[in-house]
Amino acid sequence: MNKTFATIGLAASLALPALALAPPAEARSVTLTTQLRPYGGNGAYLAIYLVDAQGRFHSTLRVAGGKAKYYSHLSAWARGRANETTRIDGITGASVGSGQTLRVSVDIADALIDAGYQIRVDTAVEDGRDNPGEISVPLTTAANGRPVSGRGYVAAFKFDM
Amino acid sequence: MLRRHHSLPGLFAALLIAALALTGAFLAFDSIIDRISSTVPATGQVSVAMLAEAVQARHAEVERIVRTASGSVIAYYFEADLPGAELVDPLTGQAVGPYEPSNLTRTITNLHRSFLMGDAGRVAAGLGAAAMLVLCVSGAMLLVARLGGWFAILRPSRGTTVQRLHCELGRFALIGLTLSALTGCWMSLATFGVLPDGALAEFAPLVQPSSSERLSPGRLAALQAVDLSALRELTFPYPDNLADPYTLTTTQGIAHVDAATGQVLDFTPNGLARQVHETIIMLHTGRGLWPLALLLGLAALTAPVLAAAGGVIWWRRRAALPKIRQNIGAQSADTIILVGSEGNSTWGFAATLHAALTKAGHQVHTAPMDSLAPRYAKAERLLILTATYGDGDAPSSAQMFLQRLERTGGVIPVAVLGFGDRSFPKFCGFATQVAEVLRAKGWPVLLDTWSVDRQSAQNFAAWGKALGETIGTKLELTHAVARPRTTALELSGHVEYGAESQTPTAILSFTPPTTGGFLRRRALPRFEAGDLVGILPPGTALPRFYSLASASSDGVLEICVRKQPGGLCSSFLHELPPGGRIEAFIRPNPAFRPNRGKAPVILIGAGTGIGPLAGFIRHNTRHQPMHLYWGGRHPNSDFLYGPELRKYVEDGRLARLNTAFSRVPGGGYVQDRLAADAVTLRDLMQHGAQVLVCGGRDMAGGVARTLEAILHPLGLDLVTLKSEGRYLEDVY
Repeated sequence: MNKTFATIGLAASLALPALALAPPAEARSVTLTTQLRPYGGNGAYLAIYLVDAQGRFHSTLRVAGGKAKYYSHLSAWARGRANETTRIDGITGASVGSGQTLRVSVDIADALIDAGYQIRVDTAVEDGRDNPGEISVPLTTAANGRPVSGRGYVAAFKFDM
Repeated sequence: MLRRHHSLPGLFAALLIAALALTGAFLAFDSIIDRISSTVPATGQVSVAMLAEAVQARHAEVERIVRTASGSVIAYYFEADLPGAELVDPLTGQAVGPYEPSNLTRTITNLHRSFLMGDAGRVAAGLGAAAMLVLCVSGAMLLVARLGGWFAILRPSRGTTVQRLHCELGRFALIGLTLSALTGCWMSLATFGVLPDGALAEFAPLVQPSSSERLSPGRLAALQAVDLSALRELTFPYPDNLADPYTLTTTQGIAHVDAATGQVLDFTPNGLARQVHETIIMLHTGRGLWPLALLLGLAALTAPVLAAAGGVIWWRRRAALPKIRQNIGAQSADTIILVGSEGNSTWGFAATLHAALTKAGHQVHTAPMDSLAPRYAKAERLLILTATYGDGDAPSSAQMFLQRLERTGGVIPVAVLGFGDRSFPKFCGFATQVAEVLRAKGWPVLLDTWSVDRQSAQNFAAWGKALGETIGTKLELTHAVARPRTTALELSGHVEYGAESQTPTAILSFTPPTTGGFLRRRALPRFEAGDLVGILPPGTALPRFYSLASASSDGVLEICVRKQPGGLCSSFLHELPPGGRIEAFIRPNPAFRPNRGKAPVILIGAGTGIGPLAGFIRHNTRHQPMHLYWGGRHPNSDFLYGPELRKYVEDGRLARLNTAFSRVPGGGYVQDRLAADAVTLRDLMQHGAQVLVCGGRDMAGGVARTLEAILHPLGLDLVTLKSEGRYLEDVY
């Protein structure tokens, strides 16, 4: 008998914090599409992240490129997230090859949209250039779905809400 | 055991290593070309500020200036919002041309790192480096064992052409390959985060920049203070953010530099881990240290050859391993044969012995010496056939024998037969040691220890006869040593000497048969003077070996043969009519050849021993100083090659001809001639001379004693000279 109660109690105590950590309901799914130029080198590392109206780092949306030791080449993002505590394991994928397109969906809180925030993209390629902040687009309904090109490796970047 | 640690990883990793080595060699030479094509200013000649100023003057928006490990400088910039990169002359800061990284180099680099297969390929490359390291270490240990100690690591190696190729190349490349493998393992582990690489994480400047109006980079004190040779990378501030500083990465660490004041805002030095990692990378790539790159590149080039030659050696040894038929179990056999073999040739003899004993009705068990059983239930006799490895050591199949012997129970009568090469200082050293240990442990001696010199089938047959008499069985051991296919040759020349002094001796020359039409005409097999020709007299299976006086490039196969009383083969050869045929094959004897170079060569021989020596002199077109000491009986009867030798003295191929004749008044033997010439000989030896002795065993013994006495005052002894390859014997 005692044992059964104990088990139920344990299950409840495990379930409660999980509920508390559930994502807020007022977020929407945003598709980020990054198409690279055919630059002809090794796979590009990308960091896609949000900055606030003052240009201060807010949060990481997506990282392409698996080796953390090369993240210092995504310098603006790496500097900005130095104090970020969130782990990025779940939002990290493979690097993106020359001429390839990266398409990912992320959840962005409604409160950040049309609130002065920007999506930024840092890019870097081995033995090539580093492009901190190559892409910088306002996270606004007006900019939704409009492709922007970068000065480095990004031929076109857009987000679709 | 050691050999297995060398051949197993070798076979598995051969392709992997060949691919790593070839791509590695490409990258090494690529870095050398890179270094040659870039000028590197002297330290103190160009500062980072000067270079940055020159680049900034050309491009309003410079992103970064990078100095590669090879010393070339690349500037990344934007021009009208389009990215560009150019090579910069490090001396003047002027543009050399657009920077276009080579696709080939990139692809080869990726092949080298990961075989273009991502992390799985990186793991494979890491394992390849590890296998390479194992091969280098075990190979070095094998080489040491083969040559007889660390001090002897530079001795000339012996063996077949492929074995010598493997040894010599391996020795040449050992340091380079070990360095590549060791650093490669380190880098692989660092890639997967097992070892630290000490990379500094990107961080914002700790001190807030002044945000004032910027100065041009040439006027910034912090950049003026850094020499170009220390630069890794200079990242320029964003043009639209006045608070952004320069990020200056040098060999020392990372600094942020205020773009307005030129002051260093903060400096993070490289930690120990970073310094170690950068050193490892430099040692692996040789970038920035071109002689090292050259060493690594050349060493890497040998790896595929080493792999191929190693594979051939392994395959040949495997193919040579005989299949023992009717091998009875150890506990049922009345006769046990144990084999100690390094190169498997002893196994061939064991198989012959096994077959002969089986035919005589014995129950025979043959096994490696390491398989010595604690007891043998029915054994009446134990026969041990063993080679010796290096300097008196146990061969590979007998490494554990002496240990296992400690644990055996009963004793049985034992006979030991040693196989070896009499020209080595510790001839049959291991066989002798085994026999002594057995005697000390009270094993009855069935037959005294015999030895077989250089796989002599005659020695082996004689031992078989003695063994047969001891055990009351008629044993005929006819062992053909891995007899290669013979070639038919025709007698084309016969010059007779020595009839007057009752020692009929002939110089015989042979050529390929002239009959058989154009298509069937065959060339001579390949051989050098000093190699051996095995000749099978009709109706026998035991070849007789003669030293060759010519090379295949001479177009004839030439030997000197003295007619032995009752000698089957020498009589056959002496009576061969012109055009008469022989069946012959070549056995290379690379251990008996003069070293190339400028050092003098002292050739000593008597009687037919002149053969290979005359061959060496005939091919001495580079006029290396060769001194011949030769002994015969009478100048008018057996002065072999007399006219040729006088001609060689005239045209410079022979520096001095010294003869001794025993049947002339006041004459003597060749060793007497040596003793009389002691002063000259000492002088020659002090100039690094090499001695080659060819002839009968008695003559060789006399020569050795005489030379020992002559060289003693110089502090030289024959054992040392032999170990250095400076005293070679071809004795029969």
